Amino acid sequence: MPLTTELLLKARLRLLQMHYESRVGHVGGNLSSLDILMALYHNALGQHDEFVLSKGHSAGALYITLWSAGLLSDDDLKSFHRDGTRLSGHPPVHSIPAIPFATGSLGHGFGLAAGLALAKKLKGEEGRLFCLTSDGEWNEGSNWEALIFSHHHGLNITLIVDLNGLQGFGRTRDIADLEPLAEKFRAFGWHTLEVDGHNVEDVTAAFHQRDDGPMVIVARTKKGYGVPSMEGRLESHYLPLSPESYQQAVEQLTTLCAKHSAALS
Amino acid sequence: MRQAFCSALLESARNPAFVFLTGDLGFQALEPLRDEMGKRFINAGVAEQNMVSVAAGLAKAGLRPWVYSIAPFLYARALEQIRNDVCLHGMPVILVGNGGGYGYGVMGSTHHAIEDYGLLLALPAMRAYLPAFDGDVREVIQLLMSANHPAYLRLGLSEQPKWLSPPPFAAWRHLLAGDGPTVVIAGPLAGGIVDALHNSEIGSDVWLVSELPVVELPAEFLASVRRSNYLMVVEEHVCSGGVGQVLAHRLMLAGTAPRQFVHRTALGYVSGRYGSQRFHRAECGLDPSSVVSEITRAVSA
Repeated sequence: MPLTTELLLKARLRLLQMHYESRVGHVGGNLSSLDILMALYHNALGQHDEFVLSKGHSAGALYITLWSAGLLSDDDLKSFHRDGTRLSGHPPVHSIPAIPFATGSLGHGFGLAAGLALAKKLKGEEGRLFCLTSDGEWNEGSNWEALIFSHHHGLNITLIVDLNGLQGFGRTRDIADLEPLAEKFRAFGWHTLEVDGHNVEDVTAAFHQRDDGPMVIVARTKKGYGVPSMEGRLESHYLPLSPESYQQAVEQLTTLCAKHSAALS
Repeated sequence: MRQAFCSALLESARNPAFVFLTGDLGFQALEPLRDEMGKRFINAGVAEQNMVSVAAGLAKAGLRPWVYSIAPFLYARALEQIRNDVCLHGMPVILVGNGGGYGYGVMGSTHHAIEDYGLLLALPAMRAYLPAFDGDVREVIQLLMSANHPAYLRLGLSEQPKWLSPPPFAAWRHLLAGDGPTVVIAGPLAGGIVDALHNSEIGSDVWLVSELPVVELPAEFLASVRRSNYLMVVEEHVCSGGVGQVLAHRLMLAGTAPRQFVHRTALGYVSGRYGSQRFHRAECGLDPSSVVSEITRAVSA
């Protein structure tokens, strides 16, 4: 399915609805990742490619993206975060074919993706690995181990960093300043791009800039993007949407949807 | 045991699914394997967390990764990767820890592995293998090469007495038949202890455990415990999560509780001083003469 502005808005609305109905937090990090994941699944991920979500707390955005690609049903989304679901708060073990690994504790996904990429290299198979990390996740030493390893072995991995500037208990720059992160990746020998993580054309172009070898895309994003009361706020990392915030966001996104449809017609 | 390990792995070196990862260890032991395996022998550097995650990825893609390091650098440093990436997903990753127990001796406590299988066996689908003699290593490796579950292989130093022809590798092996106290030993320290018991007049009934967790108790072993009413368990591992605790639990479930139960375990660093593996075993009462003395005392009481 082509990635239209309408589809992006629908996905954002469905994400908010899913989180609101399930009374689940972690909305902010999902909203910062959604455009990246939508661009990846609709504009880049090929038949032989694989994706590992390292920032497992953005599972909601991944589920919505898989739904938009026809890989999860609306009934699946309705079960999100409820008893008996396979859509747990962080990606589950085994039960969703499009999700190779359960992640949630940060600093695991990149190494797992490196293993999958190394297997492709050893077996002479086609395909590229994509892996999405958060920015706070770069506090984890294991990510730097994977960065060194993947570059040393010339693995075909495209790493995306959702750089929203906020982590669990404060701003990344106040906790353990990572900047200049892109320069750090370059110093480790990685081909590094910097994009607006909410501009799907730019994100898509970055995905297609090269299709072999290690590449990192530093995607500058906003936590809570699309929900004015949440944008750039630490509370959005944990707290569920209030009825007022949800209503406000829905109205704004619905208006945008309507305007876009009218413009097209 | 490292040399036996390398020789046995060489037999599978041409298997295209077999991948060996080392955390920058293996000097003067693994060079033949490195040379034979080529690009499937990967020195992952001093980065054990990543090495285990990479292995899980390789296993997910259908390969058969083995991961090697000094035991605690692997099971302790990368415990969360073993838990989440390997065990929760049931990935057939083989973790090989060199220097089980106090194997690294005077190198110090950071290199000792005295809580390894207790920690690992708490994880889903994990099994641990404790070869006791050099001859076990090849059989274990053949077994693990086709394993469909996570596994931990604890390597130590074989102390096989010259007179002993051990049965083929198995979870339970009856090393010495006797009508005296029942003794269970885990891992390579069995060699020295069975030798001392063989040379004594106690008539101990000696069993060797080499695969964990203990799932079933052999009927002959249960009969031995019921007859002797005395069970001593000896292992180079702390009490918590050790073979002794698990056996006691199993015996209770089986309704067989011996009148006397003695559990000789690793006790950490009793004097606060360091020494050889022999030194640490003696401090913990794990050396052959301490074990024989304890059993002799119990028999004469």
